Parts: sequence; structure tokens; C-alpha cells
Amino acid sequence: MPAKLSMQGLYKVFGPAPEEAVELARGGSDKDEIYRRTGSVVAVNNVNLEVAAREIFVVMGLSGSGKSTLVRCINRLIEPTSGQLLIDGQDVLQADEEGLRQLRLNKVSMVFQHFALFPHRTVAENAAYGLKVRGVGAAERRAKAVEALEAVGLGAWADALPANLSGGMQQRVGLARALAVDPEILLMDEPFSALDPLIRRDMQNELLALQERYAATIVFITHDLHEALTLGSRIAIMRDGAFMQVGPPEEIVGAPADDYVANFTKEVDRSRVITLGRIARRDRPLLAPSEEAAAASRKLQDAEVQGLLVADSNGKPLGSVSATALLGADPAAKVEDIMERPALTGERDTPLAAVLEAGALGAPVALLDNQGRIDASVDPGDLLSALAAARAEDQNLRVGGTA
Amino acid sequence: MTDFLSWLSPSHYGRLPFADWVQWLVRDWLVPNFRPAFQAMQWPVDQVLRGLEAALLAIPFPVFTLVLLLLAWRFAGRGVALFTLVAMLFIDAIGVWAETMTTLAMILTAVFFCAIAGIPLGIWSARSDRVAATLRPVLDIMQTIPPFVYLVPIVMLFGVGMVPGVIATIIFALPPIIRLTSLGIRQVSEELVEAAIAFGATQRQILFDVQIPLAMRTIMAGLNQTLMLALSMAVIGALIGAGGLGLTVYTGLGRLDVGRAAVGGVGIVLIAIVLDRITQGLGDPSLRDGTWTFSGSVRRLLGLAPPRMQEKLGT
Ligand SMILES: Nc1ncnc2c1ncn2[C@@H]1O[C@H](COP(=O)(O)OP(=O)(O)O)[C@@H](O)[C@H]1O
Ligand SMILES: [Mg+2]
Repeated sequence: MPAKLSMQGLYKVFGPAPEEAVELARGGSDKDEIYRRTGSVVAVNNVNLEVAAREIFVVMGLSGSGKSTLVRCINRLIEPTSGQLLIDGQDVLQADEEGLRQLRLNKVSMVFQHFALFPHRTVAENAAYGLKVRGVGAAERRAKAVEALEAVGLGAWADALPANLSGGMQQRVGLARALAVDPEILLMDEPFSALDPLIRRDMQNELLALQERYAATIVFITHDLHEALTLGSRIAIMRDGAFMQVGPPEEIVGAPADDYVANFTKEVDRSRVITLGRIARRDRPLLAPSEEAAAASRKLQDAEVQGLLVADSNGKPLGSVSATALLGADPAAKVEDIMERPALTGERDTPLAAVLEAGALGAPVALLDNQGRIDASVDPGDLLSALAAARAEDQNLRVGGTA
Repeated sequence: MTDFLSWLSPSHYGRLPFADWVQWLVRDWLVPNFRPAFQAMQWPVDQVLRGLEAALLAIPFPVFTLVLLLLAWRFAGRGVALFTLVAMLFIDAIGVWAETMTTLAMILTAVFFCAIAGIPLGIWSARSDRVAATLRPVLDIMQTIPPFVYLVPIVMLFGVGMVPGVIATIIFALPPIIRLTSLGIRQVSEELVEAAIAFGATQRQILFDVQIPLAMRTIMAGLNQTLMLALSMAVIGALIGAGGLGLTVYTGLGRLDVGRAAVGGVGIVLIAIVLDRITQGLGDPSLRDGTWTFSGSVRRLLGLAPPRMQEKLGT
């Protein structure tokens, strides 16, 4: 499947000598050196990315790392200096003024850090602005705007002025304005940074729900790692205009590409980020309900695990037995008589922290395929050692960070 | 000592015929070559002025006073409305009602053309730094040249009468509306303009949806200043044949008739105060609910309250 949005070798230089600066950047000079030699700032430095349809792609970096510039290159609020930018396979940088306007009208909409609501227009008029620009009639655009406002929980505020709303509500209006045009791509430049943490958490959850409903592809900018981990299907870490690492959240946290990324991630509680998918294995034996305890014990010892799953003939989970249960059981007893029901199950992206009880119970966790059969399993021993390793790593990094 | 230093003064060696140059430029070049063009410029001013003056003089005193009172009440509050009533009664009582209407027609005509020329120029200079840089010295000159200086070429080009008076007034009163329109538009937050662009707005849509509405308060302040400057030209305009209250003052001056001059002066001052308060009210949202919109103003005028907001929510 072709990417919804892709960039190849994108550069943006602010200042007097853009071409020269790009040449230097291609030659490997860094941002400071280029600034010293040309007086130009390389804000986006050779960014390559592919965003799949319906993905939430998060770009994270410190202030000044070029995030806002990058996201504005996508709808050409800022004109890239060089590189290629495709949306649905169409070359955006070749588009003429009208083509660009069509893109903004129909495909790409945007949510801003400081909301950027029009203070002289009501909430509904704000939400309807994209439709007004498109030339949609007053009644239809009001209906769509109110629908979008209802989706963000502000249906009752349609005729208020933005100044009468709290910050969180204002950003919901910003979100409704962007969603009212049914965008395929939603650009969000630190949309929740100006909100206080509790409201930010709500907004993040709501965004996830809205993304399901509107089926948009989202490019989300943030400087908050927790936010990135909560929202991102993939995260890019940006520094001095360049991507340092791109990957799914657990990879960013579990295997930071360098110290810069590790520094970002060191404050994160890994047990909330590392997922079952990362430690699950497919090579664990399964028990049949009719097996005898003695045979089951042998399998357990051979596999060097602390518990085994019991499955029916179709591979669907029935329950599990732990090492302690097997040791205490009559060797001739049937597995089905001593097993715990039902089996614990989880998803590939369930964080370890969510199944801590499994480790405590000594019960394995089953990961199911889409027919409900056991696809892989996580042994309680693996679970505990992964947790321990994560904790230890957290400690080390914290110690290392302060040293 | 002074004699000794006189060799440093250029006038010691003769005189530069600057006056002759200007005389030549205006009388022998500008007037013969461009008189028709200037005459043509006169036409629209003449039309508007005549129409307005005829209308104002045709409206009976009580009707006019009532309308002005209503405007004052809606846009500037009860106090100003009361003041307007008293001022109009006084103007009529001292016998200069007709002159006041003539002056008002001239002022409004001048302000009308200032707005028509000044607001687009202001918008243009807000959008282009080059235009702004070109316009700035021109506006500076317009604001510093004493109006008496350009009365002469105006008379040479346009003759004497009401219309030349209005044209002199336009030149004098134009700068603030240009400057403040430009300022107002440049002050509109970059982020809001960016948001409009991001949603696909055209330059025109950005201008009318975002920039002008948000600059309206400043533009109105410019209009107010332009109006006040126009009023201050009432007497000077009388020098070149404009009538109205200015003429009353001017004739009073010529005959050393203090009373007559005072009658004209008081008329000008009263009309200035009333117009100032009303136009300030137009541009000041604190006197209204919400921001300036045309329909909102009409609603206000008709006494229909615009939709009010519920109590403000905390963050
Ligand atoms: N209009 C501009 N002119 C010059 N430099 C700019 C401009 N916009 C951004 N920059 C520079 O580009 C770099 C990236 O800025 P920005 O994209 O705003 O970063 P972020 O959004 O990550 O904080 C910074 O060094 C900033 O100073
Ligand atoms: Mg930014």
C-alpha cells in the first residue's frame, strides 16, 4: 500500500543563503556550523518519512528542533527549500496555487498550539470556517459544524464566542474546526501543550476516539514523551531539524538509538511502555485437558517455564496450570481437574504493567489470533524478569543521568 | 563680526529662485497640462457634496436632531445623546442651523472620499512593505505642510468654492485613516491569518473574514481622527470660498465682529464633540456587546440586543 504521506530528503532553511546551507547540510555540517558560515538556520534537515493511512505519527523534540516548521511544510504554510513531499502519491511541492488551495480545502486541515480561533466569530462559525471557505451554504455548514462540535462535546456552545470558553474548550473548537471538513490528514502542532495536565489527558483520549470515528491520518507534534507514547503508532524523535529515530513507542523506549533519545525516555516507567508483544513467544508447549499431571510436569520442566496454557483441540485457551499446582497434584490427575480457568489473555500492545497479577499468580498470559486461538504466550517468569530488567534500566539511567 | 561671517551665508552671493521654480512648475506646467484631469477629479466630489448638502438642508430640524440623537444614544450612550440634543437646540437657537448643515455636508463628503481612498491604500500598505515605505514620507509631508501652503495651487487648479474647499480638506484629513487602517491590519495576529490560510482561504477571504473585522476598531479610530481633522479645516476652507460655519467665523474675523466669529466657532466645536463621541462609540467595543459587525450595528440601532453570552467559564 502506498503511503498516505511521504517525504524524501526534505530541507527547510531560513535565512539569506538557503541553497548553500542545504549543500553544507548534505555535506554533513551541523546546524551551528552552517549558521556560523552562512547566517542561515537549517530548521528541517533531510527528513524522510512515510505515514500510512490512519496512522498517528508523532514528531517529538525539544523547542526549536524544527517540529513546527516540519508540520507547516506539509500544507506549505512554509515553503520547503528542497526535497520531495507526496500526499496520496501526488507531488505537493509541484502544485500551483489553486492545487495547493484544493489540498488545504479538501485533504489537509490543522489544529494550532494557541488555538487560533477567530475571536469575532461564534464557536459554530469558527467550526464552520473551513466549509465557508469551501463555499458550502450557510445552513449546511452550520449543520456540519454543530455535528463536529457535538463530536467534541461542545454542541451546547455553538453560539458562544470563543473568549467565553476555557482553554480546553477552545481547543475542542479548534479540533471541531479541523474535523468539520472531514480531512484525510490532520496536522496538529502541539495542540495540547497550552492545556493543563488533567485536561490534556482527557483530550488525548478523546483524540484517539475521534481518530477512529473520522478515520483521519494524523501528524501530531509534541514535546511531551508521555503524550507521544500515548498517542503515537510511530514516533519520530527530532533534533536540530533531523530525525534521530523513528519507530513504534516500545522501540523508542526499549531500544533508544542514542543518548539523545535515551535522555528523553529515561523518565518513563518502562513497565507501562513495554508491551506483551515484545516478550511473547510462540515456542511454548500447550497442554491438552486430558493429559496427566506427570506428563505435564515434564513438559513444564523441559520448557523451563513457570506455567503452561491448556488449550482445546482447536487451540483455543481453556485455562492454565502453574508449576506450584502441578507439583502439589496427584501425578495421575487430569490437567483439566487442576487447571485455573479461564486463561489470562492480553493483546500484543498491552503494557506489562497491566498484567502484573499474572506474574504474581504464576499464570501464563495467552495472546490470541483473530480466530481466538492461542498465537503466542508470555510466561510469568519472562514477565517478571522483563519487569525487573526494565526497572533496573530505569534506575541505571536515572543514576547515569544525574552523574 | 556679523559682517565678517556673512560670507558664509548663501544669500551673500545672490538668491536661489526657488519661488520662481515652484511658480513655474505649478502655473506654467501643472495647470495648463493637467487642469482637465483635475477638473475631472472634481466631478464626483461635486456630486456627493451637492447631494448631501441638499439632503441635509431638506431634512427638517426636529427630524435631523432626532436621528442624530438616536445614533448618539445607540453608539455612545445616554449622556452623549442628551448632549447632542442640547447642542442641536443651541445651534439652531443661535441661528446657524443652515451653515451647520453646509459644514456637515462638506465634512462628510471629505470623510467619505478619505475613507474610499484611505482604507484601500491602508490595506495595500499593510500588505506590502514597499508600499508602506513609499507611503510613509508622503503621509509625513501631508501632515506637516501647513494647509495654507497648498491652498494656492488648489485654487489655481480647481478655482474657488465649496469643492476646492472639500479637496483641500481631503488632502489634510487623509493620513490618519491610511495609517490606522494599515496599523490595524498589521496588528492582526499572524496565527489567525495562518489558520485562515491553512483552511484554504484566498487573499480576499483572509482580508474580509479575518483582517478587516479584527482591524475594525483601529480603522474606526482612524476614521474618527480623519473626521476631526476635516472639521478643523472648516475655517481654512472658507478662505477659498467654502461656505458654512467656517465662513461665519471668517466674516466675523474680517469685520472684527467677535460675536459673529464666536457663533461660528461654537457651532464647529459642538458639532465636533457630537461627531467625535459617536464615531468613538462606533469603534469602541466596550460600549457594545461583542465586536463590530454591520448587522450588529443595525440591530443596535433598531434597539434589538445582539445575542448575549452566558457567564464566562473559568479555565
Ligand atoms: N520564520 C523563521 N525565520 C527564521 N528562523 C526560523 C523561523 N521559524 C523558525 N525558525 C528557526 O527554525 C528552527 C526551528 O523552529 P520551529 O520549527 O519553530 O521549532 P519547534 O516547533 O520544534 O519549537 C529554530 O531554530 C527557529 O529559530
Ligand atoms: Mg513549535
